[in-house]
Amino acid sequence: MKNTLKICIGLLAIGFVSCEPEFDTPVDSEGFYSSGSANLSNYVAVGNSLTAGYADGALYITGQENSYPNIMAQQFALAGGGDFTQPLMSDNLGGLLLSGNQIQPNRLVLSVDANGNPGPVVLDGTPTTEVTTSATGPFNNMGVPGAKSFHLNAQGYGNPAGIASGAANPYYARFATSANASVIGDAASLNPTFFTLWIGNNDILSYATSGGSGIDQTGNLDPTTYGSQDITDPNVFAASYSAQVDALMASSTGGVLVNIPDVTSIPYFTTVPVRAIPLDAATAGAVNAQFGLYNTAVLPGLVGAGVITAEEAALRQINFVAGVNYPIIMDDDLTDISGILQGPPFNLDPATAGLLGQLRQANDNDLVVLPASSVLGTTPDPNNPLGVIGVSIPLGDQFVLTAVEQGRVSAASTAYNAVIEGLANANDLAFVDARAALAQVAATGVAYDAGVLTSTYVTGGAFSLDGVHPTPRGYAYTANLMINAINRKYGATIPQVNIGNYGTVTVTNN
Amino acid sequence: MKKVVLLAVFVLGTAITYAGGYRVSLQGQKSLAMGHTGVAVINSSELVFFNPAGLVHLENKLNISAGVSGVFSNVAYQNEMTGESAVTDSPTGTPLYLYASYQANDWLAFGIGVYTPFGSTVSYEDDWAGSHLVNNIDLQAIFIQPTISFKIGDYLSIGGGPIYVTGSVNFNRNLNRTLTDLDGNRAEVTIDASGISNWGWTAGAMFKLSEDLTLGANYRSQIKLNAEGGEADFENIPNSPLTPFQDTTFDATLPLPAEMTVGISYEFCDKWLFAFDFNRAFWDVYESLDIDFANENVPDSRNLRNYKNASTYRFGLQYEATDMFTLRAGYYFDESPVREGYFAPETPRNDSNGYTAGLTFNVGDSFQVDASFLYLHFKEVDASYDFYFENGQAAPFSGRYKSNAFIPGLGVTYKM
Repeated sequence: MKNTLKICIGLLAIGFVSCEPEFDTPVDSEGFYSSGSANLSNYVAVGNSLTAGYADGALYITGQENSYPNIMAQQFALAGGGDFTQPLMSDNLGGLLLSGNQIQPNRLVLSVDANGNPGPVVLDGTPTTEVTTSATGPFNNMGVPGAKSFHLNAQGYGNPAGIASGAANPYYARFATSANASVIGDAASLNPTFFTLWIGNNDILSYATSGGSGIDQTGNLDPTTYGSQDITDPNVFAASYSAQVDALMASSTGGVLVNIPDVTSIPYFTTVPVRAIPLDAATAGAVNAQFGLYNTAVLPGLVGAGVITAEEAALRQINFVAGVNYPIIMDDDLTDISGILQGPPFNLDPATAGLLGQLRQANDNDLVVLPASSVLGTTPDPNNPLGVIGVSIPLGDQFVLTAVEQGRVSAASTAYNAVIEGLANANDLAFVDARAALAQVAATGVAYDAGVLTSTYVTGGAFSLDGVHPTPRGYAYTANLMINAINRKYGATIPQVNIGNYGTVTVTNN
Repeated sequence: MKKVVLLAVFVLGTAITYAGGYRVSLQGQKSLAMGHTGVAVINSSELVFFNPAGLVHLENKLNISAGVSGVFSNVAYQNEMTGESAVTDSPTGTPLYLYASYQANDWLAFGIGVYTPFGSTVSYEDDWAGSHLVNNIDLQAIFIQPTISFKIGDYLSIGGGPIYVTGSVNFNRNLNRTLTDLDGNRAEVTIDASGISNWGWTAGAMFKLSEDLTLGANYRSQIKLNAEGGEADFENIPNSPLTPFQDTTFDATLPLPAEMTVGISYEFCDKWLFAFDFNRAFWDVYESLDIDFANENVPDSRNLRNYKNASTYRFGLQYEATDMFTLRAGYYFDESPVREGYFAPETPRNDSNGYTAGLTFNVGDSFQVDASFLYLHFKEVDASYDFYFENGQAAPFSGRYKSNAFIPGLGVTYKM
């Protein structure tokens, strides 16, 4: 009797273990969420570092796991989405080796120094991701850090032999299907049923982050002649982009095109104040005395001689005051007067003439880049305490994005964005206005369940420590923008993610 | 008997589970089969728990009851806004009981009980959507209760005794929604304390108004489990002064609330018995689960609960079908002590309806086998916990929950 009961209880037990509570309409049941008219079974993401999940100045595994395409793919999985593969790096350090030599630094982490001040430092460690060791694909995430629009169409962009010369990209070299392959060719060969394309940021960004060190190539239709920090000609962009859309649309039921945000609203340009040099009255007076002749004799003389305009002369006036001052800077859009100054009537020595050659004081229209924070106000020569960068030594051109340079960036991105939105409309694709979205993050922030996402460096939550690329939370916000656009365009009901569940900057001390 | 005790010791080690709050109403198969009524039912030594005043009315000199239940209970969660979902994979709970009573003379009886009226075992998948509130919890409490029962005149009897409680708790959750180490492993804390003991008491009264009609009342006191010097183990913490979480000790208090029961039983048509119990559990003592870490650099953890007192209405029916079989059935409505906005996934309990059935099989004159079955039905409920804070700002955790529980139980009764 007892044994019989035991057996009965045992059988019941087995039955009950399988009796999981079930909802009337479970979210993971088929049909709960719909992909509308889009087929998400094979989603391919094409783009640059933003698509790859690059953050903190590096590409590393946890960053890739929080790339916006990967976040989207996890939501897609609730609405018929398939597997989503990524060319994961080998570690969470993020550095890159080429034949054993490190060619990309490790990621940045937020570290607390001996005085208790937090700041970004490069994470210690020897990276293990070797460019020449191919990652086994195929990969749904075809984001290639550093790629410009025309790079995606370039055959051989993944050829390891071309990395040293800059003709090829080490990140793409890891997973290019052949030495002669192109990113867009590899992406199209996956026969995506759905795609996202976000490219063109680097066509202006590298110019901007280098303080306008490159050249605006508008008018030059041959991208093979471009330098890495140049602005891409809008027609080159349009031709490249259009070809990419055509290639991806061949097999797709739909896709998303994303425009180019205003790069000058990212923390890389908004964190270091342009007016940052504190001086007392005596020092300001002494410095002004150094520039007295320049202000009162040299500049008017050059205007009189017709070398510079009165406007430029006014822009070039140097005037320090007691309090916080604008630094002096090198501006390569000013008339170079170093040669003239060495001749009569000025007869300045080459060093002084060189200093004054393209000199002016910064103003509120200039943007100072993030790396300048470790340079401004420092004395590079310890034996010369008077040689202060920003006061007696001009801040280098690469540290300042001037109003003129911002104008070039803005003109190019406006042209690119017209192309992107036009192609989205022409091809009936979903469109994400990333420019407007980032502007909102920068201006008012975006509320989420435990705060407000802003573009403030470190604390705002949207941008990683490189000041350019988003945090996981920023990428999650991006993914939501895309999902929202897809839902509207294709009548889908893909759920958004809660961005509060995604992290921001990583804290750790070496 | 020895075998049963050994089984008890073994099973208690892995025990427990289930009910409104972390109350587990499975304190006797005969009573459970009748909707867990019993404050006015003179049936067996299960009265040690249900109402010690009744022990003196038992017909036999020696009464022993022991039993165990298998609790198969799980919780499903989903959030339609985000598509997140989770199902617990909680281990099977095996709460048990052992009661004995001895009739010294016609007005005095002694008893002893070992039972497990509180506990909770809930295991979510690690790093699930609510992992900042709980990954898993294992709460156990064993009550040991020596008991005395007096008859005062023909109608009234009283009884009661002290209760010794020994308990343990093991609780794991992630520190917040986002903190990880460099490799993305979520920062988490496990607190563990065992051998937490304290004393309480119980007292009851029973009125036999007639041969057929009995009234009963019983009160069991609140007992606070004060965990002092438990171990707090922090894992996956970044190496940074900004995250000063180091392994330390902690103090915390978990109240096991007082419970008042009144009830009635009525025998009719010779072979039938009807019973009704009303429980009032004084959950309002559970205001907050506060974990005070010894290390001052580690912020203390405050988790508002703000429970309310809750009632349970129980109905039971017994039918002595044959000399061999007694059949039982019951129903109860169990009110959740959780207020709106305080629905924490470590005790995800909304109101429930319990349906019970069972039987006793007489093996000879002195030995019985008692079987019971409880099905607890919960409605799907949209609920949230609104008192989780990040940087001083509340980040509610909400979604839809669905729980169920299937609880078969088996016991034996020996009397002579």
